[in-house]
This record gives sequence, C-alpha cells and structure tokens, in this order.
Amino acid sequence: MTHPPTARDHAFAEATLPRSNGEVVFDHPWQARAMAMAVLVVEHTGSDWDDFRGSLVKAIGDAPERSYWESWVVALESLVAQSGPGLA
Amino acid sequence: MTDHHHPLPTSPIEERVNALESLLIEKGVLDVAAIDSVVDYYEHQVGPMNGAKVVARAWVDPDYRARLLTDATTAIAELGFGGAEGEHMVVVENTPEVHNVVVCTLCSCYPWPVLGLPPTWYKSPPYRSRMVREPRVLLAEMGCPIPDDVEIRVWDSSAEVRYLVLPMRPAGSEGHDENALAAMITRDAMIGVATL
Repeated sequence: MTHPPTARDHAFAEATLPRSNGEVVFDHPWQARAMAMAVLVVEHTGSDWDDFRGSLVKAIGDAPERSYWESWVVALESLVAQSGPGLA
Repeated sequence: MTDHHHPLPTSPIEERVNALESLLIEKGVLDVAAIDSVVDYYEHQVGPMNGAKVVARAWVDPDYRARLLTDATTAIAELGFGGAEGEHMVVVENTPEVHNVVVCTLCSCYPWPVLGLPPTWYKSPPYRSRMVREPRVLLAEMGCPIPDDVEIRVWDSSAEVRYLVLPMRPAGSEGHDENALAAMITRDAMIGVATL
C-alpha cells in the first residue's frame, strides 16, 4: 500500500533541508512560512515539485554564501514569477 | 514608533516573504490558515516525535507495551498515528541479549507516520546491502558498536511490513515522566542504528 507522493512529501524529503534528528529545522517563523508557501504554490499550480527543486538548486548555486532559507525565498520568488499572469 | 507594543523592525528577507505572502493571498493561491496548516504539518505532525511517543508509552505502560508487540498497527493507531505507509507495522524490542535494526533492501520502505520520511543514508545502496551482509561492522562504523555477546537481528522492511525498533529504556530514567522520556528518544534509535 503506497500513495503517490504529494508536494508535501517532496518538500519534506528535500535532502538538503536543515534537519535535527530527522525534523526540519526552522530558526525563524519566516522560514517556515516560505517553506509552506512553496508547497502551496506547487499544489495550486499543479506544477512539478522538481521545477521548484531546480529553482532552489540554481539559487543556491548562484550564491553559495547565501543562507539556505534565503535561497529558498529566491527560488520561491522565481517560481511565482514563472507561474504566469494568473499568479504574478 | 515609540509605542512599546510596536513589533521589532522586520529584516529585508522577512519583508520579501511578507510581500510574497500578500501577493499570493491577493491572487487567491493561499490564505494565512493554509500556511499555518502546512507549517503545523511539518513541525508537529510528521517526524520521529510520533514514534518517540509510542516508545515512551510502551516504557511506562506494560499493557500498552504488550499490545504494541502483539499488534503494532492497532496500538500505534491508539495514539492517533496511522495512514499511508503506516499499515502493517511490526515493533521489535531490544533487550540486553538482542539488538534489532531495520533496513529496506529493495527500496526505502519506512514507517512514515511514526518516523517521518527516511534519512538519505537509509535509501543509500551501501546501507541497504551492508546492513544485511555485515551489520555488526556497519553499526560500529555508524557509531553504534554492539557487544559481541549481543545478537543482532536485521529486519527487512517491505511494502507488506514496516518495522519499528523499541529501544531499551536508558538507565537513570526511572523518575522521568512520559514527555521527558519521549524527548530522549531519537529517530536513529528507532531504526536501530543507535542506542540510548
């Protein structure tokens, strides 16, 4: 018995997420909100989580010294901008 | 700005997150309640804290422990945990004579409702093959040396059966209540690659 992975599963499984003992670590509330917004935008647009992951990888690669969650926000901004006139 | 109730000035990154949130609310993509619900999901509803509650209950309640070892799926559901990837649970108990460890040799079967999603190493081919071939060596490499006189049992999780290890209660924890005990229990101990 399995179920198809949802955007939430993919987000949780993101291998690079900062974690402690398996739990995702948020240092500030805005980080948790940014994570939730990415999940909700992917769910809303019906896009593939891999699209967001690609943006995140690019954002981290573009500025390796930037903090993980700031790169997450950059990737989220990019996802919203790419999601078309209905969204941005 | 002299009002002492005024919130602290927001940082530039917070302002960007706020702007995104306002935009997405305005476009009807989400609302504040939806954000709170997703955050709650990650912070409180998935992850090893659920398994830790199961283990802590088993440590303090012998009747629960007996039910857990007989019919784990039902006993875990008593605490409100279940659903996808949590069917057909089997709990295996560590004792001074036996150490249990869980692997999925075929893929990455793992009890999501009680442990969250698996760590990256659990899905790696070396873990999946070596834990079967040379568990004592691999456990020692992972910082969990098992004495030679303790038997190691390796359990292969599958789509049919998901295993959870019931670790031994640490010495010195006699006075702890259930919540304090749950805080001592780690994900790795419930996979069997750590002891407490």
